[in-house]
Amino acid sequence: MKLIRFMKSYRIQFTLGSAAKLTEAVLELYLPILMARIIDVGIPTADRDYVIKTGLWLLLFAFAGLCCATVCQYFAAVTSQGTGTNIRNALMDKIASLSYRELDRFGPSTLINRLSSDVGYVQQMVAMTMRLVTRAPFICIGAVVMSIGIDRGLSLVFAAMIPLLGLIVFLLMRITSPLYRRVQQRLDTFARVVRENLSGVRVIRAFARTGQERNRADSAADELSDAYIHVAGLSALMNPATSIVLNAGIIVVLYLGASKVFAGRLSQGDLLAMTTYATKILYALLVIANLVVLVTKASASSARIVEVLETEPSVTDTAAAPPEPIPVAPLVEFQDVSFAYSGGDNALEHISFRLPRGKTLGIVGVTGSGKSTLTSLIQRFYDPDFGRVFFEGIAAWDWLQSALRGRIGVVPQNGTLFSGTIADNIRWGKEDASDEEVVAALKTAQCWDFVSGLPDGINTLIHEGGKNFSGGQKQRLTIARALVRRPLLLILDDSLSALDYRTDLNLRRALAADLRETTVIIVSQRISSVVSADAILVLDDGKQAGLGNHEYLLRTCKAYSEIYFSQAEAPKEGIDLANKTRQSAPPLDRHRGS
Amino acid sequence: MQTKRGSLHRLLTVIAGHKPAVAFTLLFAALSSVAGVYATLLLGRSIDLIAGSGDVDFPGLFRTLWVLGGMYLCSALFGWLVNLTANRVAYRTARDLRHRAFAKLGRLPLSFFDRHPHGDLISRFTVDLDSVSDALALGLVNLFSGAVVVVSALALMLSLSPAITLVILLVTPLCFLVAWLVARSSQQSFRRQQAVVGEMSGFVSEIVGNQKTVKAFGYEEKSAERFKEINGRLYTVGKNAQFASSLVNPSARFVDHISYLLVGVVGGFIAMGGGVSVGVVSSFLIYSGQFSKPFNEISGIMSNLQTAFASLDRIFAILDETEEQPDAPDAKALADIRGEVAFQDVSFSYSKDRPLIQDLNLRAEPGSLVAIVGPTGAGKTTIVNLLMRFYELDGGAIRVDDFPSTDLERDSLRRNFGMVLQETWLFSGTIKENIAYGKPDATDEEIIAAAKFAHAHSFIRQLPQGYDTPIGEDGGNLSQGQKQLLTIARVMLTNPAMLILDEATSSIDTLTEMRVQRAFFKMMQGRTSFVIAHRLSTIVSADLILVLDKGRIVETGTHFALLAKNGFYTSLYQSQFQ
Repeated sequence: MKLIRFMKSYRIQFTLGSAAKLTEAVLELYLPILMARIIDVGIPTADRDYVIKTGLWLLLFAFAGLCCATVCQYFAAVTSQGTGTNIRNALMDKIASLSYRELDRFGPSTLINRLSSDVGYVQQMVAMTMRLVTRAPFICIGAVVMSIGIDRGLSLVFAAMIPLLGLIVFLLMRITSPLYRRVQQRLDTFARVVRENLSGVRVIRAFARTGQERNRADSAADELSDAYIHVAGLSALMNPATSIVLNAGIIVVLYLGASKVFAGRLSQGDLLAMTTYATKILYALLVIANLVVLVTKASASSARIVEVLETEPSVTDTAAAPPEPIPVAPLVEFQDVSFAYSGGDNALEHISFRLPRGKTLGIVGVTGSGKSTLTSLIQRFYDPDFGRVFFEGIAAWDWLQSALRGRIGVVPQNGTLFSGTIADNIRWGKEDASDEEVVAALKTAQCWDFVSGLPDGINTLIHEGGKNFSGGQKQRLTIARALVRRPLLLILDDSLSALDYRTDLNLRRALAADLRETTVIIVSQRISSVVSADAILVLDDGKQAGLGNHEYLLRTCKAYSEIYFSQAEAPKEGIDLANKTRQSAPPLDRHRGS
Repeated sequence: MQTKRGSLHRLLTVIAGHKPAVAFTLLFAALSSVAGVYATLLLGRSIDLIAGSGDVDFPGLFRTLWVLGGMYLCSALFGWLVNLTANRVAYRTARDLRHRAFAKLGRLPLSFFDRHPHGDLISRFTVDLDSVSDALALGLVNLFSGAVVVVSALALMLSLSPAITLVILLVTPLCFLVAWLVARSSQQSFRRQQAVVGEMSGFVSEIVGNQKTVKAFGYEEKSAERFKEINGRLYTVGKNAQFASSLVNPSARFVDHISYLLVGVVGGFIAMGGGVSVGVVSSFLIYSGQFSKPFNEISGIMSNLQTAFASLDRIFAILDETEEQPDAPDAKALADIRGEVAFQDVSFSYSKDRPLIQDLNLRAEPGSLVAIVGPTGAGKTTIVNLLMRFYELDGGAIRVDDFPSTDLERDSLRRNFGMVLQETWLFSGTIKENIAYGKPDATDEEIIAAAKFAHAHSFIRQLPQGYDTPIGEDGGNLSQGQKQLLTIARVMLTNPAMLILDEATSSIDTLTEMRVQRAFFKMMQGRTSFVIAHRLSTIVSADLILVLDKGRIVETGTHFALLAKNGFYTSLYQSQFQ
């Protein structure tokens, strides 16, 4: 059990709790002995005082037992809950350290289940172990020792049963363990279907697919329940199998014992005692059998937890201390960089460029040409397979990830906002930003007109995923979030797409005015967004098709000029096309604005 | 306790769907317990047969041992069957609740999904229902086997000594009382615990689901800190709930011990008075132990039961949400429509205190192209929400071919609109399955044709497994633009009568967009289309442009008519040339 280390800080509580449980067991075993005195001594002698006095002793022992049990339960609650808490914290830390590659591989649903459901099973097992496990072996050992005292030969029968019982436990654990893992996998699948149905509710309803989605969820729920029933049925064998073995033992003891009694080597009372001990062992073992089921379930879960904990992030910090940036070096430099996603063709091939400080780089290319991948490499979400990426003259992999990303403000393509207030969200960019800084960022990002109109202003609550704001508003808020940290490098990853032209223009003007010294990378579909950039990188299917300013590229780069002319003429062509098919509006000449 | 009783009652109605299995559980429990009790009797008898040295009835003993073996087997077999049937009832009940809650999701208004943290909802479907099924399986086995044991032990005790039985019967309710008191005081903690579990799932789902954004902002530590804060609270409430409810069992056993010593003392006094024999008292001590064992066992799974009750409340809370108004029984299905769409005095707001759309009137002729323009946040997407009937109107009506949309089947209405949103949603399945989402029976040729139409074919072909490439949860490694092309192909395949394009091409490069646009134009022929776009080409050729600002239509008309007005539209339009 690799998870045992998470119990370490609760060693004392675990020991105390188990000890308390043991004490309670001893006290409880003592009760019948006291009772036997009432019956064997008190009643035959008709000594009422003795009976009452022993009864009071009994009460005292019972009360002491209650106290011990309370102590045990308290420590069991603390230890199990604490262990679960430790595991959850460690898992969260681990998830935070994983890089994009591992996150892509796991997917969110299973990570969430592992954090909740799987940790829950482990936690339950810890609690049950403390409550049950110390008592059972104590009783088993005690009973076996007692039976050896009575008859060595007959007690061998019990000894012979132990490997058999061990075999049953081993076999059932082995069979059911993968089945429990399958249950958890199906729980993942079911959770994923539910998750998709929550996030995709608009599309699902638009396609009137609610019925089919219900079938999908129902069959996932059916498969989950079938998997549960299957494995629970097998696990339920543990109990009867254990009793059959032990009861068979009792019959053998009776059978062999009968001859011994007949021969006068054993008394009837001794034989009775032997069977009583056998029953005690049986009950203790049944408790263990139930525990084994729980342990199997928990071990399937802990394997899933350990899998996450042992996943090595493909991107790790190598240097212990943040390196000294080289002030004269270009801010970003790519040297012959190639990169492929796991199992795919190269997403980027032989990319080389330098981006000096304070300059603007535009990146253009068709959908899927590798633009976003390139920005991921700058932020070191992936390491290149070949070549090197430099930031401030230091290779990206020598940077501390946090230091590197702290210098970059990024507005991702699919900007997500988080539940919390607007100010909370903006402060993601800079934790200690003052209200003034927040407002300034909102103003630059053209958010102020709608934020100031809200009754709660910057303290307005944003729902999960920013559902209470329009696409364009969300995009501007994500821009403000990136601006508030006044980054060295601002990456706008196609993040103006949801803005109308006027807002887009105002925003670009504000950026130019407020962030004069910031180096900017603009990833865009619109040539108009990058045309004034100091340099433009043209990507074509992951390859560097051109690099230079607008005029240069227009002369030399075929891919660029194609895109340019397609856009310069886009409205015209679109209208011609529309007219051809719709015959409504006359053509309109339109030239690219500057 | 009010909700608890309510939840239990409702749970029973769900369990009632599995009456045969419940009946079998009871039957097997009875058989197993009877076989067990009989085996105990036979065990005593066989020891009686081994009286002493030279006094053993071997033939009788062998016969008894055979029967004893049979009884042990029966008891074990039926014991296993009890578990099988009880598990079946428990997991099927959880499954039924999953089905019901999921079906309920399909009937809830969109506002429900916009309002509730998704992670919290997911945890109700997973963790909460698992705790219900676990507790149910344990509870059924213990309850049924216990009931049989209690009844048989009671019968045996009554036949031995009614007086001492009375002592036990007087103390047993005390046992219940204690259990009930402890359980009641801790139920609140369990509700708090499940609420924090839900909160944690909500947080985790948001953070882990968007881990990439989290990393981009270096927010990992901060989010881990917040997680630890929630986790810390979970520790406290969880520990309290567990501890409080785990006291039920020791307390019940303490009461049981008192009853045990009372039987000894009272029985002893009666025996001294010559009322009963000493043997009867010792038998009584054994039976009283058997009598109370089921109660102890039930109290031992108390924390499971209590978690389950708290979880049930959370499930039933979903089932109790107000549903969308169902389709009227005489609701019509739209077929062969012309595609005329009219808004009549439509008013709508998301929350009562912030009026959004008021007295909106417009008429879209069949086959016309309506462009909706306006600054971001003007309410353009709201128009889409209303057209699709994702939200109900506060006043007025939307008519499609003169039918008020409330008189139409929602599904039929929606199926007639092909919708492409800026936000791309794909589910975890193959590319092919995703394109065929609106038409699952589409042939491969149709799917490829739709993909070509949407200009997605070339990039799909380059993927490792082509159309059979699985897309990971949340779209995996596809770029935003590629995802959008797939959503376009998805709509192209269904060939709807009307189109809604809400920033449908915002993430696509202009070259591809032009081609897609061409395909759209082809599609729009003869179809009424509503388009939210910033691209001039679409807007200019619209038959009707709605200029929205702050939820109101400020101007309507064609491009040139609006330009001639030199108003709000003109200033919007001119900003792109600056």
